[in-house]
Amino acid sequence: MDTNAIYVLWLRDVKRFFRAKSRIIGTLLMPVFFLIGLGFGLGSIVNLSVLGISGNYLDFIVPGIIGMSLLFISIFTGSSVLWDRQFGFLKEIMVTPNSRVSIVIGRIFGGATSALLQSLVIIVIALLIGFSVHLSLMTPLFIVFALLIATTFISLGLIFGSIISDFQGFQLVTSFLTFPLFFLSNSIFPITTLPKYVQYVMYLNPLTYGVDGMRIALTGSGMFPVWIDLLALVVSTLIFGSIAVYAFKKVDVG
Amino acid sequence: MIIEVKKLEKEFGTLRAVNNISFNVKEGEIFGLLGPNGAGKTTTVKMLTTLVKPTKGTATVAGYDIIKDSNNVRKSIGIVFQDPSLDDELTGRENLEFHAILYNIGKKERKKRIQEAFKLVELEDKADVLVKNYSGGMKRRLEIGRGLLHEPKVLFLDEPTVGLDPQTRRHIWDYIQKLSKEKKVTLILTTHYIEEADYLCNRVAFIDHGKIVALDTPKVLKDKLGGDVVSLQINSGIERLKSEFRKKKYVKTISNRDGFLELTVDEGEKKIPEIMATAQKLGIEVSSVNLHKPSLEDVYIYYTGKTIRDEGGEGWKGMMRSRMRQR
Ligand SMILES: Nc1ncnc2c1ncn2[C@@H]1O[C@H](COP(=O)(O)OP(=O)(O)O)[C@@H](O)[C@H]1O
Ligand SMILES: [Mg+2]
Repeated sequence: MDTNAIYVLWLRDVKRFFRAKSRIIGTLLMPVFFLIGLGFGLGSIVNLSVLGISGNYLDFIVPGIIGMSLLFISIFTGSSVLWDRQFGFLKEIMVTPNSRVSIVIGRIFGGATSALLQSLVIIVIALLIGFSVHLSLMTPLFIVFALLIATTFISLGLIFGSIISDFQGFQLVTSFLTFPLFFLSNSIFPITTLPKYVQYVMYLNPLTYGVDGMRIALTGSGMFPVWIDLLALVVSTLIFGSIAVYAFKKVDVG
Repeated sequence: MIIEVKKLEKEFGTLRAVNNISFNVKEGEIFGLLGPNGAGKTTTVKMLTTLVKPTKGTATVAGYDIIKDSNNVRKSIGIVFQDPSLDDELTGRENLEFHAILYNIGKKERKKRIQEAFKLVELEDKADVLVKNYSGGMKRRLEIGRGLLHEPKVLFLDEPTVGLDPQTRRHIWDYIQKLSKEKKVTLILTTHYIEEADYLCNRVAFIDHGKIVALDTPKVLKDKLGGDVVSLQINSGIERLKSEFRKKKYVKTISNRDGFLELTVDEGEKKIPEIMATAQKLGIEVSSVNLHKPSLEDVYIYYTGKTIRDEGGEGWKGMMRSRMRQR
Protein backbone atom coordinates (compact mmCIF):
# COMPACT_ATOMS: atom_id res chain seq x y z
CA MET A 1 0.00 0.00 0.00
CA ASP A 2 1.39 3.38 -0.98
CA THR A 3 0.39 5.63 1.88
CA ASN A 4 1.90 8.65 0.15
CA ALA A 5 -0.45 8.33 -2.77
CA ILE A 6 -3.42 7.88 -0.45
CA TYR A 7 -2.41 10.97 1.48
CA VAL A 8 -1.88 13.14 -1.62
CA LEU A 9 -5.16 12.22 -3.24
CA TRP A 10 -7.00 12.76 0.02
CA LEU A 11 -5.33 16.12 0.58
CA ARG A 12 -6.05 17.19 -2.97
CA ASP A 13 -9.78 16.52 -2.59
CA VAL A 14 -9.94 18.29 0.74
CA LYS A 15 -8.07 21.34 -0.57
CA ARG A 16 -10.25 21.54 -3.61
CA PHE A 17 -13.32 21.14 -1.45
CA PHE A 18 -12.52 24.11 0.76
CA ARG A 19 -11.46 26.18 -2.22
CA ALA A 20 -14.68 25.72 -4.16
CA LYS A 21 -16.96 27.76 -1.91
CA SER A 22 -19.64 28.18 -4.53
CA ARG A 23 -19.74 24.44 -5.11
CA ILE A 24 -20.22 23.80 -1.39
CA ILE A 25 -23.14 26.16 -1.30
CA GLY A 26 -24.49 24.72 -4.55
CA THR A 27 -24.50 21.17 -3.25
CA LEU A 28 -26.10 22.30 0.02
CA LEU A 29 -29.00 24.05 -1.70
CA MET A 30 -30.94 20.98 -2.73
CA PRO A 31 -30.84 19.24 0.65
CA VAL A 32 -31.89 22.46 2.33
CA PHE A 33 -34.85 22.90 -0.03
CA PHE A 34 -35.85 19.32 0.63
CA LEU A 35 -35.54 19.88 4.36
CA ILE A 36 -37.76 22.89 4.29
CA GLY A 37 -40.18 21.68 1.63
CA LEU A 38 -40.61 18.17 2.93
CA GLY A 39 -39.97 18.76 6.60
CA PHE A 40 -42.31 21.72 6.97
CA GLY A 41 -44.54 21.54 3.92
CA LEU A 42 -45.34 17.86 3.77
CA GLY A 43 -44.84 17.34 7.45
CA SER A 44 -47.79 19.54 8.28
CA ILE A 45 -50.22 17.81 5.89
CA VAL A 46 -49.37 14.12 6.02
CA ASN A 47 -50.93 11.96 8.67
CA LEU A 48 -47.86 10.49 10.28
CA SER A 49 -49.56 7.56 11.95
CA VAL A 50 -50.77 6.31 8.53
CA LEU A 51 -47.13 6.21 7.44
CA GLY A 52 -46.30 4.28 10.54
CA ILE A 53 -44.10 6.96 11.98
CA SER A 54 -44.31 7.79 15.58
CA GLY A 55 -43.25 11.33 16.19
CA ASN A 56 -42.17 14.21 14.07
CA TYR A 57 -41.82 13.92 10.25
CA LEU A 58 -38.89 16.35 10.28
CA ASP A 59 -37.00 14.00 12.57
CA PHE A 60 -37.82 11.14 10.24
CA ILE A 61 -36.70 12.93 7.13
CA VAL A 62 -33.43 14.57 8.23
CA PRO A 63 -31.40 11.31 8.04
CA GLY A 64 -33.05 10.64 4.69
CA ILE A 65 -32.01 14.01 3.33
CA ILE A 66 -28.48 13.56 4.62
CA GLY A 67 -28.52 10.22 2.84
CA MET A 68 -29.62 11.94 -0.35
CA SER A 69 -26.92 14.55 -0.09
CA LEU A 70 -24.29 11.88 0.59
CA LEU A 71 -25.52 9.90 -2.40
CA PHE A 72 -25.39 12.82 -4.83
CA ILE A 73 -22.10 14.26 -3.65
CA SER A 74 -20.45 10.86 -3.56
CA ILE A 75 -21.42 9.86 -7.06
CA PHE A 76 -20.33 13.28 -8.26
CA THR A 77 -17.01 13.05 -6.41
CA GLY A 78 -16.34 9.55 -7.65
CA SER A 79 -16.82 10.74 -11.17
CA SER A 80 -13.93 13.18 -10.83
CA VAL A 81 -11.87 10.48 -12.56
CA LEU A 82 -13.68 11.53 -15.68
CA TRP A 83 -12.74 15.17 -15.13
CA ASP A 84 -9.17 14.27 -14.36
CA ARG A 85 -8.95 12.30 -17.56
CA GLN A 86 -10.48 15.16 -19.52
CA PHE A 87 -8.12 17.73 -18.04
CA GLY A 88 -5.13 15.42 -18.23
CA PHE A 89 -4.24 15.17 -14.54
CA LEU A 90 -5.07 11.46 -14.51
CA LYS A 91 -1.99 10.71 -16.66
CA GLU A 92 0.21 12.46 -14.13
CA ILE A 93 -1.10 10.22 -11.34
CA MET A 94 -1.04 7.04 -13.38
CA VAL A 95 2.56 7.39 -14.48
CA THR A 96 3.85 7.61 -10.89
CA PRO A 97 5.05 4.42 -9.20
CA ASN A 98 1.99 3.98 -7.00
CA SER A 99 -0.45 1.09 -6.99
CA ARG A 100 -3.87 1.65 -8.51
CA VAL A 101 -5.45 0.39 -5.29
CA SER A 102 -3.79 3.19 -3.29
CA ILE A 103 -4.97 5.77 -5.80
CA VAL A 104 -8.55 4.52 -5.53
CA ILE A 105 -8.38 4.47 -1.73
CA GLY A 106 -7.00 8.00 -1.64
CA ARG A 107 -9.78 9.27 -3.85
CA ILE A 108 -12.39 7.51 -1.73
CA PHE A 109 -10.97 8.92 1.52
CA GLY A 110 -10.84 12.42 0.08
CA GLY A 111 -14.37 12.27 -1.26
CA ALA A 112 -15.71 10.71 1.93
CA THR A 113 -14.14 13.45 4.03
CA SER A 114 -15.79 16.22 2.07
CA ALA A 115 -19.11 14.35 1.93
CA LEU A 116 -19.02 13.91 5.71
CA LEU A 117 -18.29 17.60 6.28
CA GLN A 118 -21.27 18.51 4.13
CA SER A 119 -23.59 16.20 6.04
CA LEU A 120 -22.46 17.75 9.32
CA VAL A 121 -23.42 21.14 7.90
CA ILE A 122 -26.85 19.77 7.00
CA ILE A 123 -27.33 18.51 10.56
CA VAL A 124 -26.53 21.95 11.89
CA ILE A 125 -29.05 23.54 9.52
CA ALA A 126 -31.62 20.91 10.51
CA LEU A 127 -31.02 21.62 14.18
CA LEU A 128 -31.67 25.29 13.51
CA ILE A 129 -35.07 24.55 12.02
CA GLY A 130 -36.21 22.26 14.79
CA PHE A 131 -34.63 18.85 14.31
CA SER A 132 -33.74 17.21 17.58
CA VAL A 133 -30.96 14.65 17.98
CA HIS A 134 -31.69 11.84 20.38
CA LEU A 135 -28.31 11.55 22.06
CA SER A 136 -27.22 8.03 22.97
CA LEU A 137 -24.28 5.68 22.69
CA MET A 138 -25.41 5.12 19.12
CA THR A 139 -25.00 8.78 18.08
CA PRO A 140 -21.30 8.56 17.10
CA LEU A 141 -22.25 5.75 14.73
CA PHE A 142 -23.66 8.49 12.51
CA ILE A 143 -20.15 9.23 11.32
CA VAL A 144 -19.51 5.58 10.55
CA PHE A 145 -22.69 5.30 8.54
CA ALA A 146 -22.10 8.55 6.69
CA LEU A 147 -18.59 7.40 5.74
CA LEU A 148 -19.80 3.98 4.63
CA ILE A 149 -22.55 5.47 2.48
CA ALA A 150 -20.02 7.86 0.96
CA THR A 151 -17.53 5.06 0.32
CA THR A 152 -20.12 2.89 -1.38
CA PHE A 153 -21.35 5.58 -3.71
CA ILE A 154 -17.97 7.17 -4.42
CA SER A 155 -16.94 3.71 -5.58
CA LEU A 156 -20.02 3.58 -7.78
CA GLY A 157 -19.11 7.01 -9.19
CA LEU A 158 -15.55 5.82 -9.76
CA ILE A 159 -16.81 2.81 -11.66
CA PHE A 160 -18.87 4.92 -14.03
CA GLY A 161 -16.22 7.62 -14.25
CA SER A 162 -13.70 4.97 -15.30
CA ILE A 163 -15.89 3.21 -17.84
CA ILE A 164 -17.64 6.15 -19.48
CA SER A 165 -15.48 8.60 -21.35
CA ASP A 166 -17.85 11.44 -22.24
CA PHE A 167 -19.72 13.87 -20.02
CA GLN A 168 -23.13 13.52 -21.67
CA GLY A 169 -23.08 9.77 -21.29
CA PHE A 170 -22.00 10.12 -17.72
CA GLN A 171 -24.69 12.62 -16.86
CA LEU A 172 -27.32 10.41 -18.44
CA VAL A 173 -26.22 7.36 -16.49
CA THR A 174 -25.92 9.17 -13.19
CA SER A 175 -29.29 10.86 -13.33
CA PHE A 176 -30.93 7.58 -14.31
CA LEU A 177 -29.15 6.06 -11.36
CA THR A 178 -29.16 8.57 -8.54
CA PHE A 179 -32.85 9.44 -8.54
CA PRO A 180 -34.08 5.84 -8.42
CA LEU A 181 -31.47 5.08 -5.76
CA PHE A 182 -32.83 7.96 -3.77
CA PHE A 183 -36.55 7.33 -4.24
CA LEU A 184 -36.26 3.55 -3.97
CA SER A 185 -34.89 3.78 -0.46
CA ASN A 186 -36.43 4.57 2.90
CA SER A 187 -35.17 8.16 2.75
CA ILE A 188 -38.45 10.04 2.58
CA PHE A 189 -41.04 7.43 3.50
CA PRO A 190 -40.99 4.17 5.39
CA ILE A 191 -40.59 1.05 3.29
CA THR A 192 -43.54 -0.74 4.84
CA THR A 193 -46.02 1.63 3.22
CA LEU A 194 -45.12 0.38 -0.23
CA PRO A 195 -46.11 -2.67 -2.35
CA LYS A 196 -44.11 -5.84 -1.74
CA TYR A 197 -42.20 -5.86 -5.07
CA VAL A 198 -41.02 -2.29 -4.52
CA GLN A 199 -39.94 -3.25 -1.03
CA TYR A 200 -37.71 -6.01 -2.44
CA VAL A 201 -35.94 -3.46 -4.63
CA MET A 202 -35.44 -1.24 -1.62
CA TYR A 203 -33.92 -4.07 0.34
CA LEU A 204 -31.23 -4.30 -2.35
CA ASN A 205 -30.40 -0.62 -2.11
CA PRO A 206 -27.43 0.14 0.18
CA LEU A 207 -28.85 3.60 0.84
CA THR A 208 -31.80 2.00 2.68
CA TYR A 209 -29.46 0.52 5.27
CA GLY A 210 -27.37 3.66 5.44
CA VAL A 211 -30.32 5.90 6.11
CA ASP A 212 -31.73 3.40 8.58
CA GLY A 213 -28.42 3.33 10.41
CA MET A 214 -28.22 7.12 10.52
CA ARG A 215 -31.79 7.19 11.80
CA ILE A 216 -30.85 4.89 14.64
CA ALA A 217 -27.82 7.02 15.39
CA LEU A 218 -29.65 10.35 15.30
CA THR A 219 -33.21 9.59 16.42
CA GLY A 220 -32.86 6.31 18.26
CA SER A 221 -35.19 4.21 16.15
CA GLY A 222 -34.91 2.36 12.85
CA MET A 223 -36.46 -0.56 11.05
CA PHE A 224 -33.50 -2.99 11.15
CA PRO A 225 -31.16 -3.87 14.00
CA VAL A 226 -28.10 -1.66 13.74
CA TRP A 227 -25.76 -4.59 13.06
CA ILE A 228 -27.72 -5.49 9.93
CA ASP A 229 -27.35 -1.94 8.67
CA LEU A 230 -23.63 -2.02 9.37
CA LEU A 231 -23.13 -5.40 7.78
CA ALA A 232 -25.08 -4.45 4.67
CA LEU A 233 -23.01 -1.31 4.18
CA VAL A 234 -19.70 -3.00 4.81
CA VAL A 235 -20.64 -5.58 2.21
CA SER A 236 -21.72 -2.94 -0.32
CA THR A 237 -18.53 -0.97 0.31
CA LEU A 238 -16.40 -4.04 -0.30
CA ILE A 239 -18.28 -5.02 -3.44
CA PHE A 240 -18.39 -1.58 -5.04
CA GLY A 241 -14.88 -0.77 -3.80
CA SER A 242 -13.41 -3.86 -5.48
CA ILE A 243 -15.25 -3.22 -8.72
CA ALA A 244 -14.01 0.37 -8.60
CA VAL A 245 -10.39 -0.79 -8.25
CA TYR A 246 -10.91 -3.19 -11.14
CA ALA A 247 -12.51 -0.54 -13.35
CA PHE A 248 -9.83 1.99 -12.46
CA LYS A 249 -7.07 -0.44 -13.41
CA LYS A 250 -8.63 -0.72 -16.85
CA VAL A 251 -9.15 3.00 -17.34
CA ASP A 252 -7.85 4.29 -20.67
CA VAL A 253 -5.41 7.05 -19.85
CA GLY A 254 -4.63 7.90 -23.48
CA MET B 1 21.91 1.43 -23.49
CA ILE B 2 19.40 3.06 -21.22
CA ILE B 3 16.50 2.31 -23.56
CA GLU B 4 16.25 -0.72 -25.81
CA VAL B 5 13.18 -0.94 -27.98
CA LYS B 6 12.53 -4.33 -29.53
CA LYS B 7 10.03 -4.67 -32.37
CA LEU B 8 7.46 -2.56 -30.61
CA GLU B 9 4.02 -2.46 -32.14
CA LYS B 10 0.66 -0.90 -31.26
CA GLU B 11 -2.63 -1.36 -33.01
CA PHE B 12 -5.81 0.60 -32.36
CA GLY B 13 -8.46 -1.55 -33.99
CA THR B 14 -7.31 -1.85 -37.57
CA LEU B 15 -4.91 1.09 -37.38
CA ARG B 16 -1.27 0.21 -36.79
CA ALA B 17 -0.14 3.35 -35.01
CA VAL B 18 3.35 2.01 -34.26
CA ASN B 19 4.72 -0.54 -36.68
CA ASN B 20 7.53 -2.80 -35.56
CA ILE B 21 10.04 -0.22 -34.39
CA SER B 22 13.40 -0.95 -32.79
CA PHE B 23 16.01 1.47 -31.56
CA ASN B 24 18.39 2.11 -28.67
CA VAL B 25 19.02 5.24 -26.67
CA LYS B 26 22.37 5.89 -25.01
CA GLU B 27 22.69 7.12 -21.48
CA GLY B 28 22.87 10.90 -21.28
CA GLU B 29 21.95 11.73 -24.84
CA ILE B 30 19.13 13.84 -26.21
CA PHE B 31 17.27 11.50 -28.50
CA GLY B 32 14.65 12.84 -30.88
CA LEU B 33 11.61 11.23 -32.45
CA LEU B 34 10.76 13.47 -35.38
CA GLY B 35 7.65 13.03 -37.46
CA PRO B 36 4.39 14.63 -38.53
CA ASN B 37 1.19 14.51 -36.48
CA GLY B 38 -0.22 11.02 -36.35
CA ALA B 39 3.16 9.40 -37.00
CA GLY B 40 3.00 7.44 -33.76
CA LYS B 41 5.34 9.46 -31.54
CA THR B 42 2.98 9.87 -28.60
CA THR B 43 1.89 6.25 -28.79
CA THR B 44 5.55 5.19 -28.66
CA VAL B 45 6.18 7.43 -25.66
CA LYS B 46 3.06 6.12 -23.90
CA MET B 47 4.23 2.56 -24.37
CA LEU B 48 7.70 3.38 -23.05
CA THR B 49 6.17 5.13 -20.04
CA THR B 50 3.87 2.15 -19.28
CA LEU B 51 0.63 4.05 -19.89
CA VAL B 52 -0.30 2.00 -22.95
CA LYS B 53 0.31 -1.75 -23.41
CA PRO B 54 2.06 -2.72 -26.65
CA THR B 55 0.22 -5.04 -29.00
CA LYS B 56 3.53 -6.78 -29.81
CA GLY B 57 7.17 -6.47 -28.86
CA THR B 58 8.60 -4.85 -25.77
CA ALA B 59 11.29 -2.50 -24.52
CA THR B 60 13.50 -1.98 -21.54
CA VAL B 61 13.87 1.41 -19.89
CA ALA B 62 16.68 1.87 -17.37
CA GLY B 63 17.09 -1.89 -17.47
CA TYR B 64 13.48 -2.76 -16.65
CA ASP B 65 10.95 -4.36 -18.95
CA ILE B 66 8.05 -2.02 -19.67
CA ILE B 67 5.51 -4.84 -19.49
CA LYS B 68 6.81 -7.12 -16.76
CA ASP B 69 8.44 -4.54 -14.55
CA SER B 70 6.33 -1.47 -15.10
CA ASN B 71 6.54 -0.18 -11.54
CA ASN B 72 10.34 -0.03 -11.66
CA VAL B 73 10.14 1.69 -15.04
CA ARG B 74 7.83 4.28 -13.48
CA LYS B 75 10.34 4.87 -10.73
CA SER B 76 13.07 5.62 -13.24
CA ILE B 77 11.28 7.98 -15.58
CA GLY B 78 9.69 11.38 -15.76
CA ILE B 79 7.45 12.66 -18.48
CA VAL B 80 6.18 15.95 -19.80
CA PHE B 81 3.03 15.04 -21.68
CA GLN B 82 1.99 16.52 -24.98
CA ASP B 83 -1.38 17.54 -23.53
CA PRO B 84 -1.81 19.52 -20.32
CA SER B 85 -1.57 17.42 -17.16
CA LEU B 86 -1.65 19.88 -14.28
CA ASP B 87 -4.37 20.33 -11.70
CA ASP B 88 -5.67 23.81 -12.50
CA GLU B 89 -7.41 24.19 -9.16
CA LEU B 90 -4.14 23.90 -7.28
CA THR B 91 -1.26 26.34 -7.12
CA GLY B 92 2.00 25.70 -8.92
CA ARG B 93 3.67 24.85 -5.64
CA GLU B 94 0.93 22.41 -4.69
CA ASN B 95 1.25 20.68 -8.03
CA LEU B 96 4.97 20.19 -7.45
CA GLU B 97 4.47 19.30 -3.81
CA PHE B 98 1.97 16.57 -4.65
CA HIS B 99 4.23 15.24 -7.36
CA ALA B 100 7.14 15.05 -4.95
CA ILE B 101 5.07 13.21 -2.36
CA LEU B 102 3.87 10.77 -5.01
CA TYR B 103 7.55 9.99 -5.59
CA ASN B 104 8.26 9.54 -1.91
CA ILE B 105 10.58 12.50 -1.51
CA GLY B 106 11.02 13.50 2.13
CA LYS B 107 9.84 16.85 3.41
CA LYS B 108 13.16 18.66 3.67
CA GLU B 109 14.47 17.43 0.35
CA ARG B 110 11.10 18.25 -1.19
CA LYS B 111 11.26 21.85 -0.15
CA LYS B 112 14.76 22.27 -1.50
CA ARG B 113 14.03 20.67 -4.83
CA ILE B 114 10.80 22.56 -5.36
CA GLN B 115 12.66 25.80 -4.75
CA GLU B 116 15.28 24.74 -7.27
CA ALA B 117 12.67 23.70 -9.80
CA PHE B 118 10.89 27.05 -9.61
CA LYS B 119 14.19 28.76 -10.07
CA LEU B 120 15.13 26.62 -13.04
CA VAL B 121 11.87 27.33 -14.87
CA GLU B 122 11.78 30.93 -13.65
CA LEU B 123 8.40 30.79 -11.98
CA GLU B 124 9.44 31.71 -8.45
CA ASP B 125 7.07 34.67 -8.33
CA LYS B 126 4.14 32.57 -9.56
CA ALA B 127 4.64 29.61 -7.23
CA ASP B 128 1.60 30.31 -5.09
CA VAL B 129 -0.76 31.32 -7.87
CA LEU B 130 -3.49 28.91 -8.98
CA VAL B 131 -2.39 27.16 -12.17
CA LYS B 132 -5.60 28.18 -13.94
CA ASN B 133 -4.18 31.71 -13.93
CA TYR B 134 -0.95 30.65 -15.66
CA SER B 135 -0.28 31.30 -19.35
CA GLY B 136 0.33 28.40 -21.73
CA GLY B 137 4.08 28.88 -21.62
CA MET B 138 4.12 29.07 -17.84
CA LYS B 139 2.16 25.84 -17.57
CA ARG B 140 4.60 24.16 -19.90
CA ARG B 141 7.56 25.32 -17.86
CA LEU B 142 5.90 24.18 -14.66
CA GLU B 143 5.36 20.76 -16.23
CA ILE B 144 9.01 20.56 -17.19
CA GLY B 145 10.03 21.54 -13.67
CA ARG B 146 7.71 18.93 -12.27
CA GLY B 147 9.00 16.22 -14.58
CA LEU B 148 12.47 16.75 -13.13
CA LEU B 149 11.56 16.99 -9.50
CA HIS B 150 12.14 13.35 -8.69
CA GLU B 151 15.42 13.33 -10.66
CA PRO B 152 14.49 10.64 -13.15
CA LYS B 153 17.14 8.77 -15.09
CA VAL B 154 15.13 9.27 -18.25
CA LEU B 155 12.90 12.21 -19.04
CA PHE B 156 10.38 12.03 -21.88
CA LEU B 157 9.33 15.30 -23.46
CA ASP B 158 6.37 14.88 -25.81
CA GLU B 159 6.24 17.89 -28.12
CA PRO B 160 7.51 20.22 -25.42
CA THR B 161 7.08 23.41 -27.43
CA VAL B 162 3.95 22.80 -29.46
CA GLY B 163 1.59 25.78 -29.47
CA LEU B 164 4.08 28.11 -27.83
CA ASP B 165 5.29 31.43 -29.18
CA PRO B 166 8.82 31.53 -30.65
CA GLN B 167 10.28 33.32 -27.65
CA THR B 168 8.97 30.79 -25.14
CA ARG B 169 10.11 28.01 -27.45
CA ARG B 170 13.67 29.36 -27.39
CA HIS B 171 13.45 29.58 -23.65
CA ILE B 172 12.42 25.96 -23.35
CA TRP B 173 15.14 24.87 -25.73
CA ASP B 174 17.64 26.56 -23.45
CA TYR B 175 16.20 24.74 -20.41
CA ILE B 176 16.41 21.44 -22.20
CA GLN B 177 20.05 21.97 -23.07
CA LYS B 178 20.84 23.15 -19.60
CA LEU B 179 19.15 20.09 -18.17
CA SER B 180 21.04 17.74 -20.35
CA LYS B 181 24.33 19.32 -19.30
CA GLU B 182 23.69 19.87 -15.61
CA LYS B 183 21.53 16.95 -14.58
CA LYS B 184 22.97 14.29 -16.88
CA VAL B 185 19.50 13.02 -17.51
CA THR B 186 18.73 11.09 -20.68
CA LEU B 187 16.15 12.98 -22.72
CA ILE B 188 13.73 11.53 -25.23
CA LEU B 189 12.09 14.31 -27.15
CA THR B 190 9.34 14.07 -29.73
CA THR B 191 8.62 16.89 -32.11
CA HIS B 192 7.29 17.74 -35.51
CA TYR B 193 9.49 20.83 -35.69
CA ILE B 194 12.55 19.96 -37.72
CA GLU B 195 14.60 22.86 -36.42
CA GLU B 196 13.86 21.74 -32.87
CA ALA B 197 15.22 18.26 -33.50
CA ASP B 198 18.18 19.71 -35.37
CA TYR B 199 18.99 22.20 -32.65
CA LEU B 200 18.59 19.93 -29.64
CA CYS B 201 19.12 16.29 -30.46
CA ASN B 202 22.28 14.24 -30.43
CA ARG B 203 20.50 11.62 -32.50
CA VAL B 204 17.23 11.74 -34.37
CA ALA B 205 14.86 9.01 -35.54
CA PHE B 206 12.52 10.00 -38.37
CA ILE B 207 9.18 8.37 -37.79
CA ASP B 208 6.53 8.19 -40.47
CA HIS B 209 3.31 6.12 -40.46
CA GLY B 210 4.49 4.27 -37.37
CA LYS B 211 7.84 3.28 -38.85
CA ILE B 212 11.36 4.55 -38.33
CA VAL B 213 12.70 5.52 -41.73
CA ALA B 214 16.08 6.91 -40.70
CA LEU B 215 18.10 7.21 -37.52
CA ASP B 216 21.40 8.94 -36.87
CA THR B 217 22.99 12.15 -35.68
CA PRO B 218 21.69 15.19 -37.55
CA LYS B 219 25.16 15.69 -38.98
CA VAL B 220 25.54 12.20 -40.40
CA LEU B 221 22.00 12.31 -41.79
CA LYS B 222 22.81 15.54 -43.59
CA ASP B 223 26.16 14.30 -44.80
CA LYS B 224 24.45 11.34 -46.39
CA LEU B 225 22.84 13.78 -48.77
CA GLY B 226 26.29 14.40 -50.31
CA GLY B 227 27.70 17.35 -48.44
CA ASP B 228 27.58 21.13 -48.55
CA VAL B 229 27.19 23.27 -51.63
CA VAL B 230 29.58 26.23 -52.06
CA SER B 231 28.49 28.56 -54.85
CA LEU B 232 30.83 31.19 -56.24
CA GLN B 233 29.70 34.15 -58.32
CA ILE B 234 32.20 34.75 -61.08
CA ASN B 235 32.15 37.24 -63.92
CA SER B 236 34.85 35.73 -66.15
CA GLY B 237 37.14 32.75 -66.28
CA ILE B 238 34.56 30.27 -65.09
CA GLU B 239 35.75 27.43 -67.37
CA ARG B 240 39.36 27.87 -66.28
CA LEU B 241 38.39 27.68 -62.65
CA LYS B 242 36.20 24.67 -63.31
CA SER B 243 39.02 22.65 -64.80
CA GLU B 244 41.26 23.64 -61.89
CA PHE B 245 38.72 22.36 -59.35
CA ARG B 246 38.36 19.09 -61.26
CA LYS B 247 41.88 18.31 -60.09
CA LYS B 248 41.04 18.82 -56.41
CA LYS B 249 40.13 15.68 -54.51
CA TYR B 250 37.90 17.36 -51.95
CA VAL B 251 35.48 18.61 -54.58
CA LYS B 252 32.81 15.97 -55.19
CA THR B 253 30.76 17.51 -57.96
CA ILE B 254 30.97 20.67 -60.04
CA SER B 255 28.27 22.45 -61.95
CA ASN B 256 27.71 25.97 -63.23
CA ARG B 257 24.69 28.03 -64.14
CA ASP B 258 24.16 31.72 -64.86
CA GLY B 259 27.48 32.93 -63.59
CA PHE B 260 27.56 30.70 -60.53
CA LEU B 261 29.94 27.85 -59.98
CA GLU B 262 28.59 25.25 -57.54
CA LEU B 263 30.92 22.87 -55.75
CA THR B 264 29.79 20.01 -53.51
CA VAL B 265 32.23 19.49 -50.64
CA ASP B 266 32.30 18.18 -47.11
CA GLU B 267 32.47 20.75 -44.35
CA GLY B 268 32.08 23.68 -46.67
CA GLU B 269 32.96 26.30 -44.10
CA LYS B 270 36.45 24.83 -43.76
CA LYS B 271 37.00 24.55 -47.51
CA ILE B 272 36.05 28.14 -48.40
CA PRO B 273 39.50 29.65 -47.65
CA GLU B 274 41.16 27.03 -49.81
CA ILE B 275 38.63 27.54 -52.61
CA MET B 276 39.20 31.29 -52.50
CA ALA B 277 42.97 30.82 -52.58
CA THR B 278 42.66 28.62 -55.64
CA ALA B 279 40.64 31.30 -57.47
CA GLN B 280 43.08 34.01 -56.46
CA LYS B 281 46.04 32.01 -57.72
CA LEU B 282 44.46 31.92 -61.17
CA GLY B 283 43.70 35.63 -60.89
CA ILE B 284 39.94 35.06 -61.09
CA GLU B 285 37.76 37.48 -59.21
CA VAL B 286 35.00 36.00 -57.03
CA SER B 287 32.28 38.55 -56.34
CA SER B 288 30.32 36.53 -53.81
CA VAL B 289 30.41 33.21 -51.96
CA ASN B 290 27.45 31.32 -50.60
CA LEU B 291 27.44 28.18 -48.47
CA HIS B 292 24.37 25.96 -48.30
CA LYS B 293 24.43 23.16 -45.78
CA PRO B 294 21.72 20.55 -46.26
CA SER B 295 19.06 21.01 -43.62
CA LEU B 296 17.36 18.24 -41.73
CA GLU B 297 14.34 19.23 -43.77
CA ASP B 298 16.20 18.22 -46.94
CA VAL B 299 16.96 14.90 -45.28
CA TYR B 300 13.36 14.45 -44.25
CA ILE B 301 12.18 15.06 -47.81
CA TYR B 302 14.80 12.64 -49.08
CA TYR B 303 13.55 9.82 -46.83
CA THR B 304 9.80 10.37 -46.91
CA GLY B 305 9.30 12.07 -50.25
CA LYS B 306 7.40 14.94 -48.68
CA THR B 307 7.88 17.90 -46.39
CA ILE B 308 6.81 17.42 -42.80
CA ARG B 309 4.15 20.06 -43.25
CA ASP B 310 2.41 18.16 -46.08
CA GLU B 311 0.92 15.94 -43.45
CA GLY B 312 -0.97 18.82 -41.98
CA GLY B 313 1.68 19.96 -39.48
CA GLU B 314 -0.92 21.31 -37.13
CA GLY B 315 -3.99 19.20 -37.63
CA TRP B 316 -7.29 19.89 -35.98
CA LYS B 317 -6.30 17.93 -32.92
CA GLY B 318 -3.04 19.83 -32.65
CA MET B 319 -4.85 23.13 -32.87
CA MET B 320 -7.29 22.12 -30.18
CA ARG B 321 -4.43 21.06 -27.99
CA SER B 322 -2.53 24.26 -28.36
CA ARG B 323 -5.70 26.16 -27.70
CA MET B 324 -6.35 24.19 -24.55
CA ARG B 325 -2.85 24.90 -23.47
CA GLN B 326 -3.18 28.60 -24.02
CA ARG B 327 -6.18 28.92 -21.75
N1 LIG C 1 -6.35 5.87 -28.08
C1 LIG C 1 -6.36 5.81 -29.43
N2 LIG C 1 -7.34 5.16 -30.07
C2 LIG C 1 -7.36 5.09 -31.42
N3 LIG C 1 -6.43 5.62 -32.21
C3 LIG C 1 -5.41 6.29 -31.63
C4 LIG C 1 -5.33 6.42 -30.21
N4 LIG C 1 -4.21 7.11 -29.92
C5 LIG C 1 -3.64 7.42 -31.09
N5 LIG C 1 -4.35 6.93 -32.12
C6 LIG C 1 -4.00 7.04 -33.57
O1 LIG C 1 -2.71 6.52 -33.72
C7 LIG C 1 -1.97 7.29 -34.64
C8 LIG C 1 -0.70 7.80 -34.00
O2 LIG C 1 -1.04 8.77 -33.04
P1 LIG C 1 0.03 9.48 -32.11
O3 LIG C 1 0.89 8.45 -31.50
O4 LIG C 1 -0.71 10.38 -31.20
O5 LIG C 1 0.86 10.33 -33.17
P2 LIG C 1 1.82 11.56 -32.95
O6 LIG C 1 2.09 11.70 -31.49
O7 LIG C 1 3.03 11.25 -33.73
O8 LIG C 1 1.11 12.75 -33.49
C9 LIG C 1 -2.89 8.40 -35.11
O9 LIG C 1 -3.47 8.01 -36.33
C10 LIG C 1 -3.92 8.48 -34.03
O10 LIG C 1 -5.15 8.92 -34.54
MG1 LIG D 1 1.79 13.29 -30.32
